[in-house]
Amino acid sequence: MNAQAPALAARGVGKRFVDRQTRAAVVALDAVSFEAAHGELTALVGPDGAGKTTFLRLAAGLMGAEAGTLQVLGIDVARDPQAVQNRIGYMPQRFGLYEDLTVQENLDLYADLHGVPAATRRDRYARLMEMSALGPFTARLAGKLSGGMKQKLGLACTLVAEPELLLLDEPTVGVDPLSRHELWEILLGLVAERRTTVLVSTAYLDEAARCAQVVLLHQGRVLRQGTPQDIRSEAEGLSFTAVPATGDSVRRLQARLFDDPPTIDAVPRGGAVHLVRRDVRPDNPDAALQAVLAGARIEAVAPSLEDGFMVLLDAVVGGERTTAAPGVADLPAGSVSAAAEPPTVIEVRDVVRRFGDFTAVDRTTFSVRRGEIFGLLGPNGAGKTTTFRMLCGLLPASSGFLRVAGHDLRHARAQARGKIGYVSQKFALYASLTVDENLDFFGGAYGLRGTRLRMRREAVTTRFGLGERGATRAGELPGGYRQRLAMAAALLHEPEILFLDEPTSGADPPARREFWRHITTLAESGTTIVVTTHFMEEAEYCDRVLIQEAGRVLAVGTPLEIRRQAGERDGRPPDMEQAFTAIVAQARAAAGDRVAA
Amino acid sequence: MRDTLYRLLNICRKELLVILKDPANRLVLVLPTIVQSLIFGYAATFDLRAVPYALLDQDGGQAATELIARVDGTGFFERVATLHSEAGFAPVIDTQRALMILHIGPRFEQRLRAGGPAPVQVIVDARNSNTAASAAAHFAGIVAAFNQDWLARHGAAGPALTIETRAWFNPNLETRWHMLTALIAGLSMIQTLLLTALSVAREREQGTFDQLLVTPYRPFEIMVGKALPSIFVGLVQASLILMVATLWFGIPLVGSLIALYAGLILFTTACVGIGLSISALSASMQQAMLYTFMLAMPFMLLSGLATPIKNMPEAMQWFTAANPLRYGIDIVQRIYLEGVGLGTLAGDIAALAVIAALTLPLAAWLFRHRLA
Repeated sequence: MNAQAPALAARGVGKRFVDRQTRAAVVALDAVSFEAAHGELTALVGPDGAGKTTFLRLAAGLMGAEAGTLQVLGIDVARDPQAVQNRIGYMPQRFGLYEDLTVQENLDLYADLHGVPAATRRDRYARLMEMSALGPFTARLAGKLSGGMKQKLGLACTLVAEPELLLLDEPTVGVDPLSRHELWEILLGLVAERRTTVLVSTAYLDEAARCAQVVLLHQGRVLRQGTPQDIRSEAEGLSFTAVPATGDSVRRLQARLFDDPPTIDAVPRGGAVHLVRRDVRPDNPDAALQAVLAGARIEAVAPSLEDGFMVLLDAVVGGERTTAAPGVADLPAGSVSAAAEPPTVIEVRDVVRRFGDFTAVDRTTFSVRRGEIFGLLGPNGAGKTTTFRMLCGLLPASSGFLRVAGHDLRHARAQARGKIGYVSQKFALYASLTVDENLDFFGGAYGLRGTRLRMRREAVTTRFGLGERGATRAGELPGGYRQRLAMAAALLHEPEILFLDEPTSGADPPARREFWRHITTLAESGTTIVVTTHFMEEAEYCDRVLIQEAGRVLAVGTPLEIRRQAGERDGRPPDMEQAFTAIVAQARAAAGDRVAA
Repeated sequence: MRDTLYRLLNICRKELLVILKDPANRLVLVLPTIVQSLIFGYAATFDLRAVPYALLDQDGGQAATELIARVDGTGFFERVATLHSEAGFAPVIDTQRALMILHIGPRFEQRLRAGGPAPVQVIVDARNSNTAASAAAHFAGIVAAFNQDWLARHGAAGPALTIETRAWFNPNLETRWHMLTALIAGLSMIQTLLLTALSVAREREQGTFDQLLVTPYRPFEIMVGKALPSIFVGLVQASLILMVATLWFGIPLVGSLIALYAGLILFTTACVGIGLSISALSASMQQAMLYTFMLAMPFMLLSGLATPIKNMPEAMQWFTAANPLRYGIDIVQRIYLEGVGLGTLAGDIAALAVIAALTLPLAAWLFRHRLA
């Protein structure tokens, strides 16, 4: 094969879909042209609905393009999809593992499907098992694997035919940082050792930063293709860090900066605010910016890939935000907790939860104060979800004491439930009912009716930009709007505590920023937030986080304390993801020692 | 109190919206009920008409001809073949051309005139024992009438005993009367079971059940919110079949409509209780569907609809005690055809009340306690 020819070449590829309800054509891809070189990792990034999945499905020959040509491994996919499919591996977002078959049976099945000869299977299985570290679990049912292990098995099944080109659609959504890290080690190993070509779509820009090429899609068009360095340089001279003045808080500073129009991006990072500005030189601030900064110290920093991504998006979107400004833009600086310590609203003491002889949560103790944003972190299967479900009253504890919003969960679960709001990871409102019908039902469930219900419905629909969609069926809303509806429904009754289970899983960076802006506003107005997340940088929005592993609490504290607990690196505390990985790895090593001893 | 009522109304309204908003769902709830009751009304019948039979007449005399004329003249039997030897028996039965063979032997008339018994052979295809017995019984009736007339004409005394049958409540012995009244309970049971069995399972599968469980609704309230709309839908279904029975097929409703509906409400409530318990036990809609069919079949077959419960083995009779359809059919038929009041049906009513009182709280308890 000619090593100079690209493994994948798209020229002017276009694809439309017809919206089933409105019967209007929706452009998924519009004149997309780019090339992916042999033996390299290429990342497809872009906001939700940019056309990433559509492109991968076209490349895999699962559907036909309407315009342009798509050459995969030198073959025109439209003409001979089978020839392409014989030589590639495609892993969709939800890979088709058979949950009632074991790991080994799944592998056998995919080997059979791809006609892998029996003679080569033993060596290949051995290599795949070593690579994915699934060796000890070959007899386990695929349905009983953790999220991260399922994805690794999916990848192993895709690799069983030794494809020359690997197409991966967001392989790490819902996967914890440790498993994510392991998955990427496998991919990098494949490229280095076997010269496999990989095209991977992802919402994580730190993953894209490890690729040779990055293709940024936006509304079906290629916004930019280049090396991560090329894209990073878009934000050259625009990235800063702002350290809040004493008396101010990172969160308030971040909120004020985020709401300031010349800001492209502002996120809390390591006790400061990481900032990308459009035009104004923040290190030489004008009066308007000075008012926003309120004495914060500002420093220029090297831009990250995400900064470049935000700058490129900003150039086309122009800072347009779809929800109403949360309305606390003018949060007063320097008024942090002037009052006495806020009261405790969640108290968890020695809580244990067993399922048969398996202990999912083991003697866990912590408390959350009013108005705090409290993060629950941990690898898949660490006990986060169980803890979360116990706090929401969905699951009784085996032993221990749980008090939520002033009510002991053993005796007064219904009263406690009246004071909490809950947003599940998966969209969980009635898809066949309209937005208004959903809101009316959930309002009524909390005892709202008449004028009061109408007022509250008005308030939340305005806040989340759902005003014009009242008569739309919930199931027909686009992804981002569903999330907003779920938030609106959970906030109708003005709960004291809001529980959010992986609310940003699979969301793109701009959507995540917007989401967190709502959360910080809520916390400022006194609502307590309990949130689980796999995005470690999002833990920086939290006042305090708790890290769980194997049902036990490994660390509780502010993000800064957690990072310090993980030890310094080059004289500086590591970032949240490194800290998390280090703390969990230490705990696992210690557990391994105990078993060995 | 008012708050609780509002909240219950709210959840019932949601449930009805979820059931009725889907156009496919609306169709499924109405169309099959009407179509099935029409089909069963016309087709599911034990009544025999134009039974195909084959004839071998080796006598050929006057008496034989008269007997054959009686058989052909009733309209009940239809001759499809006239055979010439016994060798023709097997093929016509094997190929199901004829259900019955009438064989008149060579010395039939001679024996008859001698005053001795003259045997007539009847062969029936008993692969379906119901129709075989029915055809044989009908032919026996013809022979009895022939005997009586023959004896009278030849001066002998008539037989000592004759039977005059009067069928009460269904004077023409039409299966349709029995079938359609039973289906008012039967069809609405199947639809109600399926509807409720899927309701919680669907919410579990789509994640909305957790969202419902974190609201202040107590399990009992969620149960009521699921049960009332389903009972309402079940009653609408029963009404559809009732209308087909009275208006289309013209089966006269003897008893009181109020008593009939009172019985149906209780019956549907018991079915909803069973359906909701299935639903609360199931992890997925597929499981719920399987459990439903596992129960619905024996409920139907062992309800007394097809075979009398008294003929079943003792152990099976015990099992039918837990079968709501057994009581449902009894209540509907006795009110509809016989016109009895609810007082007479106290046994059925008590049994249904027990089933509902056990299954509904069980379902509410399972909402929260089913192991994940």
